[in-house]
Amino acid sequence: MKNKSAGFFEKDSTKSVISSLIAILIGLLVGLVIILIANPADALEGFLIMLTGGFQEGMLSLGDVLAYSVPVMMTGLSIAFAYKTGEFNIGVPGQYYVGAFVALLIGVKATFLPDAIAWLIAIICGGLAGALWAFVPGILKAKRNVNVVISGIMMNYVGLLLVIRGVKTFIYESTGAQSLTVSTERAIPKFGLDVIFEGSSINFGFVIAVALCIVAWIIMNKTTFGYELKATGFNKDAAKYAGMNETKAVIMSLVIAGLFAGVGGAIAYLGGTGKAIQISEVLPPEGFNGIPVALLGFSNPIGCIFASLFIAYINVGGNYMQSLNIAIEVIDIIVAVIVYFASFTLFIKLMLDKFRNSKKHKTLAAKEGGNK
Amino acid sequence: MDYAIEMLNITKEFPGIKANDNITLQVKEGEIHALLGENGAGKSTLMSILFGLYQPDEGKIKIHGKEVLINDPNDANKYKIGMVHQHFKLVHNFTVLENIILGIEETGLFGKLKNSEARKKVMDLSQRYHLNVDPDAKIEDITVGMQQRVEILKMLFRDNEILIFDEPTAVLTPQEIDELMHIMKELISEGKSIIFITHKLNEIKAVADRCTIIRKGRYVDTVNVADVSKDVLSEKMVGHKVNFIVDKDEAKPTDTVLKVDGLTYQPKGANKPLLNNVSFEVKKGEIVCIAGIDGNGQSELVYNISGIEKPTAGHVYLNGQDITTTSIRERNDSGMAVIPEDRHKHGLVLDYSVAENMILKSYYKPEFEKHGFIDFDAMNAYSDKLIEQYDVRSGEGSKSIARGMSGGNQQKAIVAREIESDSDLLIAVQPTRGLDVGAIEFIHKQIVKHRDSEHAVLLVSLELDEVITVSDRILVMYEGEIVADVNPKDIDVKELGLYMAGSKRGIGYEK
Repeated sequence: MKNKSAGFFEKDSTKSVISSLIAILIGLLVGLVIILIANPADALEGFLIMLTGGFQEGMLSLGDVLAYSVPVMMTGLSIAFAYKTGEFNIGVPGQYYVGAFVALLIGVKATFLPDAIAWLIAIICGGLAGALWAFVPGILKAKRNVNVVISGIMMNYVGLLLVIRGVKTFIYESTGAQSLTVSTERAIPKFGLDVIFEGSSINFGFVIAVALCIVAWIIMNKTTFGYELKATGFNKDAAKYAGMNETKAVIMSLVIAGLFAGVGGAIAYLGGTGKAIQISEVLPPEGFNGIPVALLGFSNPIGCIFASLFIAYINVGGNYMQSLNIAIEVIDIIVAVIVYFASFTLFIKLMLDKFRNSKKHKTLAAKEGGNK
Repeated sequence: MDYAIEMLNITKEFPGIKANDNITLQVKEGEIHALLGENGAGKSTLMSILFGLYQPDEGKIKIHGKEVLINDPNDANKYKIGMVHQHFKLVHNFTVLENIILGIEETGLFGKLKNSEARKKVMDLSQRYHLNVDPDAKIEDITVGMQQRVEILKMLFRDNEILIFDEPTAVLTPQEIDELMHIMKELISEGKSIIFITHKLNEIKAVADRCTIIRKGRYVDTVNVADVSKDVLSEKMVGHKVNFIVDKDEAKPTDTVLKVDGLTYQPKGANKPLLNNVSFEVKKGEIVCIAGIDGNGQSELVYNISGIEKPTAGHVYLNGQDITTTSIRERNDSGMAVIPEDRHKHGLVLDYSVAENMILKSYYKPEFEKHGFIDFDAMNAYSDKLIEQYDVRSGEGSKSIARGMSGGNQQKAIVAREIESDSDLLIAVQPTRGLDVGAIEFIHKQIVKHRDSEHAVLLVSLELDEVITVSDRILVMYEGEIVADVNPKDIDVKELGLYMAGSKRGIGYEK
């Protein structure tokens, strides 16, 4: 190692961050091309609005970015956490939705609970519901070696249809063909966040989400439990040989992942902003949007915080583009393209390594050529 | 005579370690050139550079006198360089044939594989060199020894002219090694050139024409093998004199630690038991060795004792306690340590650091766990101590990722972890596989020391030298049964070979 800066750039974490940034940049460029094609007149202005959207209306926009990041932060964390033990938790949308339903049910119906704590209990129960939903693929994987992707997808649809049934039975609001929503008194409190981010929809849920990411990071990197989970993810055979209970590790990682997804759903629907469960057989997009978050964040819980903030920022910016009469569908496509390319981080990391090697080699070849 | 390959003044640096420092290797056409060096001396790095896996920082490579750049293994292939790697590069769920043709397969309409010609060529080669490989067997179903033959076939199939054998004999039986030596001599008589990487001085003396020795990444010497003795070679390699005879006192066996009683194991789908009514005991203060040709049930025996598999019938007792059905963790806690056969699959979490691997079986114990959190300071201190004690060499000490270490040092790390767990029973499966004489001497000493401090050792080995010099008692396994129980003092290699081949049975083990 020749000097400190070379060491810094050789570090794996630095490479991860750099490749994430490059991926984002490529995504933005492709987004720009699309907007140029779709709406050349307003393209540049629209693109600028999107880029600065998160600060468009000062603290209000920023607060919205933070609020918007919570659901994808939690679903991203869910996928990242399960991925550490080598499992792909595609069942996130189901876990998220079940969590949302249980939380709403408690928020709306459990009137015996005082307002001050109802939201907290609703979030906890939402998380437990998500955990239960993830437990099923977990136990099937551990006991019967059923592929988690298959059972996860199944549980998504079981969850979706059960939630619709549940909403219709217990918390139906027939005029809007959707669920009832929590009143502002029973929503997640803001604890002064509404003063800082005046007018935005942010609430204490954001703090909970960030805290859970940090807790997940600590579990993964500092505890014996995390040590077991990672060992199982890296090498199941060696973990078993060392006497670890690798089936338990798989179940626990999925259950905890489900808990995060469930909490995400609970926070999303307990905001007191009128967000309701729709009676339509469509899985919530926040679930699958967790996948790019986990990828962009390199399956690192702290990475998920920043990745979800980025995706939220682009989404909020996209919303402001509507002021230019750009069709909402075009905006959706642009946002999707950016997110899509942003997920190429791993690919870019590989390319970076390759580029570095070939550059080294070329200078070597040049040197040798000079010697001749 | 011209040089087939010249690697001139090669230097390659990795973070924290200079793997190759100005090394020169010149291989003549039609010779077997041995490359000798300790674990981590930089042999594998040098060969990886020749094979295009790494680029050198300095130095140049000439092939038949012409300077070349080898950017990747495809370039190496172009120059007809082939390599059998120490850790095989095979696709486990592909068949032998599929692995051999991988990358150069011929296809017909719509990319349909045309295998018939390839199959014929493979069968011819297999027969010609007595490799006895079944082209339709899946890699995951065949033994390590067989997998290596597939690697050799892969090179032969590609008509390579310059063949690199990276520690090829480590996994072979004595007979197979003899056969391999014949094959190698036949190959050079057909004009091929061979680079033979090994630690085994006997083999160098047997087949190699010349030998280049490197130590700690530096060039030491190139010698004509016929002109030097084994002692000189080993001294050049390790830098000091080496004792080939294991120095140990008479065993004084006391209490029984491991008792295996009527162990039978027949996995689902197998048409005969892989272990058939195996019974034996291992006492405190003795080293009992399971000898046998690879694939005669030794692996299954260890799996059943260590708890990876559950026996069909019979019992296993540890310190008088029946542990037949207990979990692996319980077995470890009640005094069993295992140096596994496959260090990559079972021995290490390759993506973990050395320190994390050192506590793989003890991370939950109070020394390393405080209120559910890992005590990283304690972990690093313990790991540093073991690295020092067992001379585990790596770029960044405890922080090095296990994957980046040389095979020998990975093995030393496992040996350190298992012996230092201070368990009543140590099961060591091929503990010196792929190690150099210096490291072998060291590990044998550790095993004997472990025995002398009131521990029982069950050694499973394919190396006859090791079987005879280290053990106090030899059990020979043949087709899942124990066929002889002999004292190493009363037996020579030839007789042991007869037992191993199944043509003789010991007293008390008659059919």
